[in-house]
Amino acid sequence: MKNANRKLIFGVFEDEEHLIEAGKSLRDYNIPILDIYTPFPVHGLDELLEIKRSRLPIITFFACLFGCLVAIYFQVWTSKYSWPLNIGGKPFNSFVAFIPVAFEITVLMGALITVAFFLYRCGLFPGKKETILDANMTNYSFVLAIEHNNAAIDFDQVSTIMKKHGASEVVNHG
Amino acid sequence: MSADTHTSKLRNPLITKFRSYKEISDDVFKSVEGSPSKLWYIGLSISICALVMGIAAVSYQIIYGIGTWGLNKTVGWAWDITNFVFWVGIGHAGTLISAILLLFRQKWRTSVNRAAEAMTIFAVMCAGIFPIIHMGRPWLAHWVFPYPNMRGTLWVNFRSPLLWDVFAISTYFIVSAVFWYVGMIPDFASLRDRAKTGIKKSIYRFFSFGWNGSHRTWHRYEMLCLILAGLATPLVVSVHTIVSFDFATSVIPGWHTTILPPYFVAGAVFSGFAMVLTLLIITRKVMNFENYITMGHIEAMCKIVLLTGMFVSLAYMTEFFVAWYSGNEYERYAFINRATGPMCWAYWIMVTCNVISPHFFWFKKIRTNVAAVFILSIIVNIGMWFERFVIIVTSLHRDYLPSSWASYSPTKIEVITFIGSFGLFFTLFLLFVRFLPAINVAEVKTVLKFARNKNEKC
Repeated sequence: MKNANRKLIFGVFEDEEHLIEAGKSLRDYNIPILDIYTPFPVHGLDELLEIKRSRLPIITFFACLFGCLVAIYFQVWTSKYSWPLNIGGKPFNSFVAFIPVAFEITVLMGALITVAFFLYRCGLFPGKKETILDANMTNYSFVLAIEHNNAAIDFDQVSTIMKKHGASEVVNHG
Repeated sequence: MSADTHTSKLRNPLITKFRSYKEISDDVFKSVEGSPSKLWYIGLSISICALVMGIAAVSYQIIYGIGTWGLNKTVGWAWDITNFVFWVGIGHAGTLISAILLLFRQKWRTSVNRAAEAMTIFAVMCAGIFPIIHMGRPWLAHWVFPYPNMRGTLWVNFRSPLLWDVFAISTYFIVSAVFWYVGMIPDFASLRDRAKTGIKKSIYRFFSFGWNGSHRTWHRYEMLCLILAGLATPLVVSVHTIVSFDFATSVIPGWHTTILPPYFVAGAVFSGFAMVLTLLIITRKVMNFENYITMGHIEAMCKIVLLTGMFVSLAYMTEFFVAWYSGNEYERYAFINRATGPMCWAYWIMVTCNVISPHFFWFKKIRTNVAAVFILSIIVNIGMWFERFVIIVTSLHRDYLPSSWASYSPTKIEVITFIGSFGLFFTLFLLFVRFLPAINVAEVKTVLKFARNKNEKC
């Protein structure tokens, strides 16, 4: 989420349960939540942010399928077509013997492509400059951010709701 | 906090002393941010000495060849492959904790998974050394991979279990390392935001990939961990299965049995958990992690050792029964020779350590006695090393032709190489606990409130 150029209101909480209560309350007022930053995965936030189930498993399925097919194709091609070797009179296409390697490549491709796609989808890469709203939000504070471009959102109202539910600080950012 | 929602009359908290989120970060990151203790320096010095000895021994045998080992025409595999199987087996507990216990939603795994996974990676590195030096010409080790080459593009033999092993171990190493690293990204971000100096901050910034704890990322991250666990679970079973194929697909009596794959997997988990116990009992003491790696964790792992120890015992009995029931005299002889032949001392060490010693873990008094658990875990490690030695050497030393029967004893070089592998393992592990967060801080925070008593306050 690119927050650099956005106008935000964000509340800082000490406890994730207070944040969830504040989030529910904001939803009751029809104030959309932009994002929530937590030091660990907190359950019950998917509904607040209206996040749909991740489609990462679909990627994994096709990555595994790709790995499996490539491994089978390569083994059959090298053993039967490219340079057939007679090993103990076994058939050139000893398909059953190719299953272990095909399995390993399936898992390898599945894992690596899924991780690569995850990093791509979340915009994470080595050395990326982080966008931090609160200095402690990767350690012990919980931050709930609301986009403030919409004139209908009143800072005081949001601040009151958040503070009522235990926000230690509410900031008007940008 | 609204503690009432978390109280439980049935379960104990996973973190024994109540800590706030900030205190958890402080406790765990202290080892990374502070300077290490004297004990750590002593441990590292000893490990590096062992490692240097190992490097010297390996260099010597690379220069003078495998003739420096005690192998002969009959016993072509001995310490090297024993050590290889031993180290691969050690690694299995890490993946079991991080992947299988994640799928089973065993929350206690959160405190121990990071260190156990680190152990997996280092153990696989130690394992990898032995087949490579056994090639005799390790500078040609890349020949095991199929790549277009100037030899007419001669490919590898995909029908060979030894080649399957190459793929299994490499995949296992890569996937474990990736899983381990992915788990560390949020902790690198925590360290980055705690770092004061510019250099530390930029190092952590590089490794933390710009992580900021957005829930949209967490949501995908949790899915990713589940997927990786789902992939790593069959992988870990496949790895030791394929290691067992190295033996089971040959026609050596004592190796040629269908029970070998499950037997090896159970043995691997058994030895792996014993090693996790050995390491974590030391780590929790030296790093002051007693509130995170609690007696509950140690007890849980003791129970797994007990269970898998019984699997292994069952496998030993089944092997003997089938050898008798098969009516195959070579098979029968191989097993009688194991228990009563010239190498029977190794067999009975194995039985004592692996069959008898885990049964002490039936007693809660022993499971909760750290010193007793530590000693038993080492006994199991010794027993599991001997198991591989027994399987490999006693099956080989008396083959079909009595005229070619031989014995085997290791040379100094082999012993020092083995010590060197321990040096490598402990050097890497000690560097790990010093420079990387040894406990998964983000995951431990998720179980902070588990079964927490409402009298305790944030």
